[in-house]
Amino acid sequence: MSALAFLLSLAYLALVFLAPGALANLFGLGALAVAAFARLAPQARTLNLALLTLAFTLGLMRSGNTLGLIGLVGILVALTTLPRIPTWVRALLSLAILLLSVPLAGFANTFIFELGIQIGIYAAMALGLNVVVGMAGLLDLGYAAFFAVGAYTWAIFGSEQAKNFMQGNFPLPGEYMYLFMGIAIVTTALTGLLIGLPALRLRGDYLAIVTLGLGEVVRILANNLDHPINFTNGPQGITPVQRPPIDWFRELMASLGVRLDQTTDYQLFFYLLVLLMIGLVVLVNLNLANSRFGRAWVAIREDEIAARSMGIPLLPTKLLAFMTGAAFSGVMGVIFAAQRTFVSPESFTLLASITILGMVILGGMGSIPGAILGAAALTILNLDVLKTFSEFVRTSLPQIPNQVDPAKYERLVFGLILVLMMIFRPEGLIPEKRHRAEMEEGA
Amino acid sequence: MLEQILALLPQVIFDGLILGFVYAMVALGYTMVYGVLELINFAHSEIFMIGAVVGVEVFRYLAPQVGNGLLLLFIALVLGGVVAGITAILVERFAYRPLRKRGTTNRLVPLITAIGVSFILQDLVRLLEGLWHNEFFLRMRTVEDLEGSVELFGGAIFAQSKSFILMGVSILMLLGLTYLVNRTKLGVAIRAVAQDLSTASLMGIDPDRIISRTFLIGGSLGGVAGVLFALQYTTITPYVGFLPGVKAFTAAVLGGIGNIPGAMVGGLVLGQLENFFGTYLPILTNGNFGTEYKDVVAFLILIFILLVRPQGLLGQVVKEKV
Repeated sequence: MSALAFLLSLAYLALVFLAPGALANLFGLGALAVAAFARLAPQARTLNLALLTLAFTLGLMRSGNTLGLIGLVGILVALTTLPRIPTWVRALLSLAILLLSVPLAGFANTFIFELGIQIGIYAAMALGLNVVVGMAGLLDLGYAAFFAVGAYTWAIFGSEQAKNFMQGNFPLPGEYMYLFMGIAIVTTALTGLLIGLPALRLRGDYLAIVTLGLGEVVRILANNLDHPINFTNGPQGITPVQRPPIDWFRELMASLGVRLDQTTDYQLFFYLLVLLMIGLVVLVNLNLANSRFGRAWVAIREDEIAARSMGIPLLPTKLLAFMTGAAFSGVMGVIFAAQRTFVSPESFTLLASITILGMVILGGMGSIPGAILGAAALTILNLDVLKTFSEFVRTSLPQIPNQVDPAKYERLVFGLILVLMMIFRPEGLIPEKRHRAEMEEGA
Repeated sequence: MLEQILALLPQVIFDGLILGFVYAMVALGYTMVYGVLELINFAHSEIFMIGAVVGVEVFRYLAPQVGNGLLLLFIALVLGGVVAGITAILVERFAYRPLRKRGTTNRLVPLITAIGVSFILQDLVRLLEGLWHNEFFLRMRTVEDLEGSVELFGGAIFAQSKSFILMGVSILMLLGLTYLVNRTKLGVAIRAVAQDLSTASLMGIDPDRIISRTFLIGGSLGGVAGVLFALQYTTITPYVGFLPGVKAFTAAVLGGIGNIPGAMVGGLVLGQLENFFGTYLPILTNGNFGTEYKDVVAFLILIFILLVRPQGLLGQVVKEKV
């Protein structure tokens, strides 16, 4: 068995050398499946995963085909979930993938950077929502509202927009972005308080519908607060939003021997920044999960009445979960605004909220690797798989009418995923232990 | 300013009434399903949308053949109700029933399924309409004998005659549904299942069949509401169900969810408030805040009601068992 897996990995490595492309990468995904699911000795499996990492990286650099990225995500998942792999191997390989493979591939195809950044932003938000939905069990259908508040917090002051209602020298210089990441924590946590204070007195379904409503309210405000005073510039959105100056980063990279050009410098910078943020968010999440608050949240999720009888103050504890989740989202909003240099109400619809919720659910509620995997899966699906598939349909089957363009049916695919997931695997792809137990108990 | 407000008032109340009846009709479907399954059936918005689309299609194809506008509308209402009712049954059969069979206690699971279903239906309709007519904005074809209008109270109210049809049909729907739930055997069975599903099944009621019929009734009412909505407001898109759906749910909560007359009252109150703010906000704020804030008002009302009187206007307090 292990000889076969080893041969497959080597064959894939040879294949990407000779003929990199979609077919080779598909073969690689097959090899990865064998390496992950076959019964292998831990050493053999580790070796296989390392070989495949190398091969996928090579494939990405040589062809720029994004299937390779899916392979890398797969290896990361395998590294976090498979048993009996030494910790140092897990750490080393994961770091190699995140810090070497993805940037190397990004230089070959900048779309990989864009994809990586989007996945990262959504992963951090999914982790934030994971605190609210996964840990505390509060269903929030308006989570994108906090993202919007964060994004507008920086967009308004990081562009000329603030001149419309304030004296002063706007746009603020790009360095202020870091300060505004802090300010966004405050503004979004306050928004969370404002929304949560009435909404969190309600339970279950009512909470869902009220957060949905309030999410819509924030979007309507963003859409219409261009009069009487122009705060948000209405549906046109705000552009250009300042980005932080990164001369120091260019010098740092030059001293490491990496030459950056105009297109890749900000991409790499934001990619690393987002990675750093995810690291921080995961740390905070882990600490919260093991803290007094984390245990209180789980208690409330499992049985609200029992938790109250044990002396857990319901409203403050729930509010804290709500505000924590909001703050994560707000910080990512600032990064989102700076990275795209453009903010408009379009990005903060109900669909966005539900997509983030879908990431948490797809990955497994309450599970940290699950939330990240969910974010990767849905972002790759929306940004890459459906678009590539559309192109494929358009070029190879031109007689098929334009209306069937798969990229237009994001909602359909997403809806199918949600429904099938709920029927066949409601605990998610990488379930948290307690959730899995709960779901099995119900069965 | 006050004169302006007073001059507009009768018209505002009348238009609010029409809007309220639309919400009330959709709210009936929400409230029935919630009453039986305790599920916010988000897909009901899309059932409503499907009814509206069927209405548009019936008018598109049959208007040249059928001379009589009322007959045409009757056909559209029946077809809209049937198609929407069947869709609702299918949704229940293939999305909700497997969850019920599995017996998950987690409340999030059915809610997320409902959201998923509503996305699927939106894009399916879009796909179908795209292939069929290459259209996104569907316009209701007008028929002359439905387009009459009258002026009431010396011109204070301008009323289209189709508005009266809408009101009449929705009152009939309410009466019919009340009769069905309170006086018929099916109604007794529905109430029994709503009370306690497992006990009802011990009494010889097949819960699956009753739930299926509840979806059929709720769905066809939603479909009929959709046809009337299309007739009244004329432009339909595959995504048109979302806002009326959320508002109708608000109306159902406002009246006391699970309560049929409550859904009607809630719808009418919400329609009045929304139309009132939609018309007067620009006047009261000198055009600084426009009509677009009327949705904000609806949501704020929802929150306020849930905080002050969570059981709704006509609802009863449900004691929680520990």
